[in-house]
Amino acid sequence: MSLLRAEGVAKRFGATAALDGLDLEIAPGEFFALLGGSGSGKTTLLRLIAGFETPDAGRLLLEGRDLVPLPPHARPVAMMFQSYALFPHLSVFDNVAYGLRRAGVPREERRRRVAEALALVRLEGLERRRPHQLSGGQRQRVALARSLVVRPRLLLLDEPLAALDAGLREATGFELRALQRATGAGFVMVTHDQAEAMALADRIGVLERGRLVQVGPPAAVYERPATRFVAAFLGGANLLAGLVRADGGVDCAEAGCLLRPAAPVGRPAGAPVTLALRPERVRLRSGEAPADAVNAARGTVAEVAFRGELSTALVRLDGGATLRVSRPSAEGAPARGARVTLTWPAEALAVLAD
Amino acid sequence: MSAARAGLWLGLGFLYLPIVLLVAYAFSADRIPFQWGGFSLRWFVALAGDERLIEAALLSLRVAAGAATLAVLVGGLAGFALARFGPFRGRALFGALIGAPLVLPEVVTGLSLLLLFVALEGAIGWPAGRGALTVLLAHATLGAAYAAVVIQARLAEADRSLEEAAMDLGATPFVAFRTVTLPLMAPSLLAAWLLAFTLSLDDVVLASFVSGPAGTTLPMVLFSRLKLGLTPEVNALGAVIVAVAAVALGLAALLLARVDARRGGG
Repeated sequence: MSLLRAEGVAKRFGATAALDGLDLEIAPGEFFALLGGSGSGKTTLLRLIAGFETPDAGRLLLEGRDLVPLPPHARPVAMMFQSYALFPHLSVFDNVAYGLRRAGVPREERRRRVAEALALVRLEGLERRRPHQLSGGQRQRVALARSLVVRPRLLLLDEPLAALDAGLREATGFELRALQRATGAGFVMVTHDQAEAMALADRIGVLERGRLVQVGPPAAVYERPATRFVAAFLGGANLLAGLVRADGGVDCAEAGCLLRPAAPVGRPAGAPVTLALRPERVRLRSGEAPADAVNAARGTVAEVAFRGELSTALVRLDGGATLRVSRPSAEGAPARGARVTLTWPAEALAVLAD
Repeated sequence: MSAARAGLWLGLGFLYLPIVLLVAYAFSADRIPFQWGGFSLRWFVALAGDERLIEAALLSLRVAAGAATLAVLVGGLAGFALARFGPFRGRALFGALIGAPLVLPEVVTGLSLLLLFVALEGAIGWPAGRGALTVLLAHATLGAAYAAVVIQARLAEADRSLEEAAMDLGATPFVAFRTVTLPLMAPSLLAAWLLAFTLSLDDVVLASFVSGPAGTTLPMVLFSRLKLGLTPEVNALGAVIVAVAAVALGLAALLLARVDARRGGG
């Protein structure tokens, strides 16, 4: 049985639809990331699951039990707030113990479980501190401990890493994964950061204006984006528009060459189609390709940006389009103004639905 | 001395010179309050023997304490509703009515309360006559307006997700209020109480309208004595009040600073 099941969940705020008939299934022990821009409805979904909002339509089932009639305090889910929402008037110990007190856990067991939870997030020795005496990373871990100590079936995380310094984010991300495995709880994380979502989650779902446009393992969603939005949101793919030919190729005037994706295009000849091409799948060499080449375009390097391990070049194709190309910096960046030929493997071309 | 420094001293003098003079002349031996007649404590002795004045002062303190408590209860609930209940029907009207005593001239509030008390007594026999109780109710009305504003402001800046976090961890709305919201509101409750207490202690307009024979507060006594001519006894009373107020405010500031320090200035 799935851990959480959302069926046709809809929620409106005034005239705007925050969620528009959303279906979603989350397996037990799964780490799921909801990815979307601001206003995509991702936080609304978390708040619906936690019980702070009521859906206008649809059902939310936790292990088959309908959640909607239950008030927040009766739901076996815990939420970690983006602001962490630590109680400022309580010590670290009392913050973590709060949920156990409400559940009437006896004093001795309470102490033991708080100690366990603090050990899990490596905060031993800080029990007597107050939230304002902690660093941002420590606060985040108190919030995690406070949510995990009540042993929720499902933990909701609202932008768990957003408030941390860039340096802490990666390390904390790995810890989050380890915690999720250690506790076996289902994690649903909401984020606008695609790198974070792909790094942490077993599956990601991309939300656009209240609808899930694509759900799948990070690699699959990244390699085979379903729509323009997903292609642009995850890693900034190049979009190339063209017309389908009778032999299954795509005439792309803006690239100035014939595109031939590995997968069938699935459209009649003459139909317009858009293909996504990841910047790091494009190869770059100097010199000119033959004019009738397939999956190979000629152009001029317009800009080069060094980004550490990768360098990104903007190449203006002879057909008019500008492609982003990311290559390992170790390969040596092309010079600005150089004439180059871009090639890519057929399987790097993803056919978009829109 | 720079111009800014001179301005500061001018300002301080403007604010505190009257108080300093009031206290200084309390120790003057002369009968006329504005004439120095050598150091003496005779007016403090006279004050200690002035039962009418002491009685009025004690009544004022009791009325102020009662009015402040009632004001914090009523105003606190109103402030909570305004800050937490979202855009309910009639919210704007409710907010305007709560704040009305802040902008209405006190004579208008006083007169309307007097009419209300008289009409109520005629209709249901309560409040029976006018006195300390009616003064207390009038002061609570005014104090509640201030309390509502103070408490609403504090709640509005408090993070709403704290209460949600409490409920998420298994607290019913009432328990979340008791264990999270109330402790966070406590400093504003204290501030509102002190504000309402002070308002009540020095009010003469409302009290003049709604008081009766058994409800003569300290400001009313002082005001009536002003017509007969003051003695430095009043200065002595003023000195005592200033001393008590200074100590009380100092303690309150200390308490608030400690509470705030514990919460990291939240």
